[in-house]
Amino acid sequence: MPDAPILLREQQYHRIKAVLARLRMVSAAKVVFLVDKDGQEIAVQGEVGNLDTTSLASLAAGNVAATGGMAQLIGEKEFPTLSHEGDRESIHISVIGRLLLLVVFDERSSLGLVKLRSRQVALQLATMIDEITKAAYEDMESPFAEITDEDIDSLFS
Amino acid sequence: MTFINYASREINCKIVYYGPGLCGKTTNLQYIFDSTAPQSRGKLISLATETDRTLFFDFMPLELGTVRGFKTRFHLYTVPGQVFYDASRKLILKGVDGVVFVADSQEERMDANIESLSNLEENLRSQGYDLMKIPYVLQLNKRDLPNIIPVTDLAAELKIKNEPVVEAVASTGDGVFDTLKAVAKQVLTELRKG
Repeated sequence: MPDAPILLREQQYHRIKAVLARLRMVSAAKVVFLVDKDGQEIAVQGEVGNLDTTSLASLAAGNVAATGGMAQLIGEKEFPTLSHEGDRESIHISVIGRLLLLVVFDERSSLGLVKLRSRQVALQLATMIDEITKAAYEDMESPFAEITDEDIDSLFS
Repeated sequence: MTFINYASREINCKIVYYGPGLCGKTTNLQYIFDSTAPQSRGKLISLATETDRTLFFDFMPLELGTVRGFKTRFHLYTVPGQVFYDASRKLILKGVDGVVFVADSQEERMDANIESLSNLEENLRSQGYDLMKIPYVLQLNKRDLPNIIPVTDLAAELKIKNEPVVEAVASTGDGVFDTLKAVAKQVLTELRKG
């Protein structure tokens, strides 16, 4: 079955941002993202500047999906981490259930440090997302339940 | 899969353009990109071969406006149409909220349309979706070419439910936004159901 929609409350969003901010600090990273496997950006923390975070999220998800497909072809469930090292900037991606934790770092940090710190927060983020998903089922009402045809039409006028 | 963020008051939905090779999926996105104000859309990312055939996907985020205080953002994707990229097509359908099937109206592409439609149904099923239930639009593209099949015949062959059918010439933009509207409306209407 497809995954249930993610409905993120303001408080939950700020808790996630706080975890990302801490990870960014202890891993000396430039930017830390939480993205879902479908390519939707959930939260970002750091020196975003002109970085196109939406495209990066989508490409990261495509990257993980493609390598996950390769993993299955050779009999693995998935590759839990991916790293891309450039001359100056590098990216580390950890797969946490239905989410991806993406860390962008430069020479101020190292792959080893980023891997270690990412692993340390992975469980915490997984637990938070579990709670969010469950809460979505229990007490959430879609803000669009009252949406009218006029509301929809107004988007296209 | 829809993502609703109450903190940033945003809603994100994923729409996938599907269809046989060279039917005009990328051309649809390119037209939307070219005719939308830069502040309403992000970059058009194309993962293509050196000969401009889609290798993995094209991607473009598009902001349509605000509904009930929430910014509605659609993430538009295309799949690679060539038969041997099936593994990639499956991956791109993950988390889809709405599908546009772009059919090539030319007579000689009818078999390719049928094969691609059947492939869509199968790949959706493998991701846990039912084509009969998800928001879906059939676009009949390339209506400006000389060797095309009449609309009624194409619809009779390719229509699978009561989906909207839009005639289009993606290269000039005819029907491109009508198609997008038709699928976006269905996606938003689904949200109303919760």
